[in-house]
Amino acid sequence: MTLSAAIVGSGNIGTDLMYKLLRSPAVEPRWMIGVDPESAGLRRAAEAGLAASSAGVDWLLAQDPLPDLVFEATSAAVHRANAPRYAEAGIRAVDLTPAAAGPAVVPEVNLGEHRDAPNLNLITCGGQATIPMVHAVSRVTPVAYAEIVATVASRSAGPGTRANIDEFTRTTSRGLETIGGAARGKAIIVLNPAEPPLIMRDTIFCAVSPDADQGAITKSIVDVAAAVSAYVPGYRLLDEPQFDQAGDRTRVGIFVEVEGAGDFMPPYAGNLDIMTAAATRVGEELARSQDH
Amino acid sequence: MRDGSHAKRHQFTVTEVTAIVAALDDAGVPVIEVTHGDGLGGSSFTYGLSHTPEQELISAAVRAATRAKIAFLMLPGVGVFDDIRAAAGNGATVCRIATHCTEADIAVQHFGIARDLGLETVGFLMMAHSSPPERLAEQARIMADAGCQCVYVVDSAGALVLDQVGDRVAALVAELGADAQVGFHGHENLGLGVANSVLAYRAGAKQIDGSTRRFGAGAGNTPVEAFVGVCDKLGIRTGVDFFKIVDAAEDVVRPAMTDECKLDRMALIMGYAGVYSSFLMHAYALAERYRVSGAEILVKAGERRLVGGQEDQLITIARELAAHG
Repeated sequence: MTLSAAIVGSGNIGTDLMYKLLRSPAVEPRWMIGVDPESAGLRRAAEAGLAASSAGVDWLLAQDPLPDLVFEATSAAVHRANAPRYAEAGIRAVDLTPAAAGPAVVPEVNLGEHRDAPNLNLITCGGQATIPMVHAVSRVTPVAYAEIVATVASRSAGPGTRANIDEFTRTTSRGLETIGGAARGKAIIVLNPAEPPLIMRDTIFCAVSPDADQGAITKSIVDVAAAVSAYVPGYRLLDEPQFDQAGDRTRVGIFVEVEGAGDFMPPYAGNLDIMTAAATRVGEELARSQDH
Repeated sequence: MRDGSHAKRHQFTVTEVTAIVAALDDAGVPVIEVTHGDGLGGSSFTYGLSHTPEQELISAAVRAATRAKIAFLMLPGVGVFDDIRAAAGNGATVCRIATHCTEADIAVQHFGIARDLGLETVGFLMMAHSSPPERLAEQARIMADAGCQCVYVVDSAGALVLDQVGDRVAALVAELGADAQVGFHGHENLGLGVANSVLAYRAGAKQIDGSTRRFGAGAGNTPVEAFVGVCDKLGIRTGVDFFKIVDAAEDVVRPAMTDECKLDRMALIMGYAGVYSSFLMHAYALAERYRVSGAEILVKAGERRLVGGQEDQLITIARELAAHG
């Protein structure tokens, strides 16, 4: 079946998500909600045939029928306030903010475990880009430690990200452990202001046993990267995984680039694209699971 | 010792830190910085694993100091709030927070937390050569408004030349007025650490960084002992005893160094091409691992305008150089 959806938040992320959902066979975006009547996102939504309103969530919850799904593209604080209201109205929420009101999901890794959760959180862009790679290694061999460096163009880091860098590193680190399967995780984010803006890059290091099967690890990484690129077309490995000795462990180095689809945000903003692409994927999976 | 950590590949021991702090403290150095080279939480595959946990080194430094304040560095995005709290708990009193020179707003929360903890705050605008004075001053204002008490022009690449330092410091002084002090952190990659620091002072800088024996990333930092001597001759009071700091550099700091910090080809390329000084040791290691030219790695890093923290991208550059012969 097709699920009807509302997008709450008419900024860059919400607008980019709208264009992706408009292409989706399984999720139909019908409402776009903002707070600023002058918002370019609301205007674009109206042009695309959605019911667009600047009257906030009160307006949305007064609609009949209500949406099956709501995609939250506001801020953590706003989602924390909205989440109980969606739940009460029986609307499932896909949360693109760092609010973490529901379980954290990465489509290619653990969505199956949380198909029935009323609220799903998408962690961070760095998490969406790197957790699948840690998972690719940890499903072959135990990962004692995973470390990631996410480099994004300054222009693609909005005020929310900038004001909450600490939250980004902590949330992503936790995701490397709980979803990626690493015993310990560490996340680093770097902003680069170069012009023209650089495309998002992610480096993932995993500490494994020196006896681990390197061929199997490499194959698993390539397989998972292909699976992610099925819903994030610009997701690609830049190089073959590198194996180096690091003390009494072997360090696996994985190098990824995430180029955005350019739906609304420019292609360098792969960090934003992977969030809206993952949200779309989650919406489609939820629609599919309703069929069973 | 924070910048020296790079040159030592983050292998400082408690014994070394204790001896160095005691000697610098005795010479009258007012602030001594101890942290992993990439700041709190820097111990990592990407930047290099620490021999001794940095919080243990900070504690040792606090124990060894009688009048010097112990400072630590932190980069938002690398370290986290809890690291700041731990360092404060271990007795450090100066929190220095570094961002790339166009990204000051990612440090706003951190300055707030540091001030709430009662710490003295310093802001580092890194790679300052890549921004003109007016833009640097705008970023300094963001830091000062967030609670930063002294904003530094940080010449991470050792690429600033004389008046370029003076102009930047003057722009910050004009912008900040009485709201915050201005500082300068130099590197020796073009051999100008002392001269640049004198110009920074003349432009109104109140805090000047240096390392004894240049012990820092790249060709090292402004040599404190030389800067103190020059200041004595210029009639600038530093509060540091020239003979004691010269002895400390020779007798205590040099033995803790794996090598002198040299103004060699690699260092000069960093200064000339505007490359983050901490990339030096990584470039050496990658050149050996992939049998490519370390100098070419650094040139590419400059061309790609890599910023501090992007050490991981040096691997990709080395791999590309290896593939293209």
